[in-house]
Amino acid sequence: MRKTYNFHGGIHPPENKHQSVRTPIADAGIPPQLTVPLSQHIGAPAHPVVSIGDHVLKGQVIAEARGFVSVPKHAPSSGSVIAIEDRLIAHPSGHLAPCIVIATDGKDEWLQRQIPPDYQALNKTELIDLIRNAGIAGMGGAGFPSSVKLSVKEGTHIETLIINGTECEPYITADDILMRERADQIIEGTKILRHIIAPQETLIGVENNKPEGLAALRAAAEGTGIEIVEFPTKYPSGGEKQLIEILTGKQVPSGGLPSQVGVVCQNLGSAVAIYEAVVLGHPLISRITTVTGESVREPQNFQVLIGTPMRYLLEKAGYQAQKNNRLIMGGPMMGFTVPDSDVPIVKTTNCLLAPTESELPTPPPAQACIRCGLCAEACPVSLLPQQMFWFAQGKELEKLEEHNLFDCIECGACSYACPSNIPLVQYYRASKAEIVHLRHEHEKSEHSRIRFEARQERLDQAADEKEAKRAARKQAAEARAQQADGGAEDPIQAAIERAQAKKAAQQASGASTVSELERLEQAVVTTRKRLDTASTKLDQATAEGSDLVSALQLGVDKTRAKLEVAEQALQEFQQTPTAAPVENPPTNAAQAAIEKAMAARASEAALSPSEKAQAQLEKLQQRLQKSQNTLARSRENGEEEKVIEALEASVARLTEKISAAQDQRNEAENA
Amino acid sequence: MALLRVTSPHAHGPMSTQRVMQNVLLATVPGIIVLTHFFGFGTLVNVLFGSIVALLCESLALLLRKRPLGFYLKDCSALVTAFLLCIALPPYAPWWLITIGIASSILLAKQLYGGLGYNPFNPAMAGYVILLISFPVQMTAWAPPRGMGELPGLLEAIKACFLPASFDGITMATPLDIMRQNTGLLMEDLWQQNPQFGRWGGVGWEWANIAFLAGGAWLLYQRIFTWHAPLAMLASLSLLAALFYDGGSSASGGSPLFHLLSGATMFGAFFIVTDPVTSAVSLRGRLIYGALIGVLIYVIRVRGSYPDAVAFAVLIMNFAAPFIDYYTQPRTYGHNKKPEGK
Repeated sequence: MRKTYNFHGGIHPPENKHQSVRTPIADAGIPPQLTVPLSQHIGAPAHPVVSIGDHVLKGQVIAEARGFVSVPKHAPSSGSVIAIEDRLIAHPSGHLAPCIVIATDGKDEWLQRQIPPDYQALNKTELIDLIRNAGIAGMGGAGFPSSVKLSVKEGTHIETLIINGTECEPYITADDILMRERADQIIEGTKILRHIIAPQETLIGVENNKPEGLAALRAAAEGTGIEIVEFPTKYPSGGEKQLIEILTGKQVPSGGLPSQVGVVCQNLGSAVAIYEAVVLGHPLISRITTVTGESVREPQNFQVLIGTPMRYLLEKAGYQAQKNNRLIMGGPMMGFTVPDSDVPIVKTTNCLLAPTESELPTPPPAQACIRCGLCAEACPVSLLPQQMFWFAQGKELEKLEEHNLFDCIECGACSYACPSNIPLVQYYRASKAEIVHLRHEHEKSEHSRIRFEARQERLDQAADEKEAKRAARKQAAEARAQQADGGAEDPIQAAIERAQAKKAAQQASGASTVSELERLEQAVVTTRKRLDTASTKLDQATAEGSDLVSALQLGVDKTRAKLEVAEQALQEFQQTPTAAPVENPPTNAAQAAIEKAMAARASEAALSPSEKAQAQLEKLQQRLQKSQNTLARSRENGEEEKVIEALEASVARLTEKISAAQDQRNEAENA
Repeated sequence: MALLRVTSPHAHGPMSTQRVMQNVLLATVPGIIVLTHFFGFGTLVNVLFGSIVALLCESLALLLRKRPLGFYLKDCSALVTAFLLCIALPPYAPWWLITIGIASSILLAKQLYGGLGYNPFNPAMAGYVILLISFPVQMTAWAPPRGMGELPGLLEAIKACFLPASFDGITMATPLDIMRQNTGLLMEDLWQQNPQFGRWGGVGWEWANIAFLAGGAWLLYQRIFTWHAPLAMLASLSLLAALFYDGGSSASGGSPLFHLLSGATMFGAFFIVTDPVTSAVSLRGRLIYGALIGVLIYVIRVRGSYPDAVAFAVLIMNFAAPFIDYYTQPRTYGHNKKPEGK
């Protein structure tokens, strides 16, 4: 006899298992419709590969796996696809999920099956692929794809392979009946698993409340080296972590995997499914489901096709819907209620429990927690449920995490034991969900923080670069200025000289008038534009009831006044006789230019750098305008080529200067 | 019929808060019978009158707090408080003493904190201490046990409760009083000179303690509480008594057996220390909690100025319970270290 270990806590709820093992496994038959959900387990849903109207054969792939933690779906019987749509499925939240609906033809025609070669000849990867392609997911509870559990990281030393035949939940006998009737298949499946994992020892753990099953297993395991281990019945010894502790005395580290302590665990039902897939070439299209509870006349186990509506199966067992108060998928400890008896059987449906009100009464309202500690005594992971309840009520999520909330396996032992009927597990589930949600939120905000900081850094860097360029230019400009000083050249003198030179070159005179007109027109146009924008903003603000309305109103009024002034100025200018453009500029044009330059210099001193730059730019633009006009006129008048060339050159130079000035202005604005 | 949608687990165990409380009430019965046998009907009248007052106080508080009466009264917690306080009161206590005590327990110590489950202090002991401090004379007037004077009948006991002025009861020092005030006598001589001492402890007291022990053992068997706190308390009390027994000299604090079977030792160990609401929650925590109560009981009995010490010891440790809880969390499955506060 192998030494077994005890785990902390646990409870002994009434087993209620005898009702459903009195008769052998019955075939549930083919229902008129099969609804195959695309997601029946943990992991990514499968992707449909058939379309409405397609005829499918039994065992044909109808949806392909997507992602590592995913398995394909097969047609459970032959027929035609009549819908691929969202249907109500068996899920605690009662939501809709994509399903493939097949109208069966009753012929149950198999797809040409491929009997795989002897598994001894296949290597680990090939076998795992075979198991994955057969759509096998853990048949116990969570339905973790078996292939994922078998894909142990290379180099991990696996000491023990455990086949979980505990079935500690009350009422359920699906594994028990398998042991009684198909012990040799269990052993064959276990041998295949042993071949894949190559552990030092292979154990099948069974609670001592299944003597018939144990005897059958022992007989079948004779001479195979597979050890059948019997241990005392206690809920929840079938929890993977609890079973590992019972059989090996080791505890799986919190948040870790069994392989970290050298253990791989598989469900007994999965072992049979693996046998069928590897030896017979059958994909997982049916399973054993216990139908029990006082609302069915003949509680028993059925071989049922995946996708069969629960109502169809219940009726096979003599369902009395009027007596049934809730319909539970799974057992009374961890099962969940289904919204409607039309939802389909899936790969994880080990039991359909249809109790009466007297059997599982509606929970009475919770009383106060008297901290009796019965929950802590019952907890299989040694938590302090009463403290956690206190924290959960007060939303002290940090304290909950400190008390290892996430090690809670939601077995329900605490709620079962609670004398005050407090739904403890419900509190923990809700708190877990809330913490996960907050973590997600936190992650999101962390992301945006990082993004924001990166952007800020980028902007700073760009600004630094600009600043460096500006400094370089400034230096260059200073150097130039020094050079100019060295030449003892007064800028005003230079301006005077430039003006004189210009005077000589300038023949035409209408240019200034035209440009003045244009400038005024331009002013009117921009002011109107500005007025438009301001009015739109004002309207928007008024509509939104923003408190900026008065400020905006003021802006609009001001802009309107400006517009009036500009329009008036334009009108006045147009009215002044400009018909006879001044042929000859005033004789003292040079003098005027000098004055202008001096005045400009005086006003320049009062301006900010950006304004200065702006003024400079405007001046340059005006000059360009003038030069262009001059050039155009010169061309019209058929001036000498030399003159035209000189004018063209000056236009080009001005353009260059303008772009430089624009840069400078932008810089000054940004500074 | 629409299908019920509830979350797991769907099955529920047989235990209910009401049953827990009823079991505790039932377990006090042997003790009450023994007390009645040795001290007359005083305790019984206390308990009956106290229960009525307790239900009234509880109802009043529930009405003020706008809670459904039936739902909260049926948890029987008010009755438990009344039983425990009234057993601890001296027999033939006047009605006003009982009323003040119960009102303090239920209204101040329990309902003001939010009712059952939220009270930091044991309500019965809080009420007891309020009375002991406010009315020391009435609270230390214990009737002599059977054989040391006329035992009043039931009618007289009722009269003592409701017409205290007309009741002319005699009182006698309890063995614990005598022990504390002993200055020069050897244990042997003390036993011989005082008729109150019985075989191991006081006459009557020793059997009352054994009766409460029996009730407690039954509760333990019913798994109403765990053995940790009461056994730790009895063990530490015995250990200290043994250490300072001093061979029965005149400086002796009394034998371990004397302490185990005197005053409210067993009553305290199995009915007060085990109060789940106000004690530590983890098993290790309960060991510490119980052991420290035992230490405090001995220290206060021998060195303090009050004859018995269970109430004070329990209240002091009620303060410490959250602190003990903080440092005695069990190691969770799959963790190497125990979770501990920062």
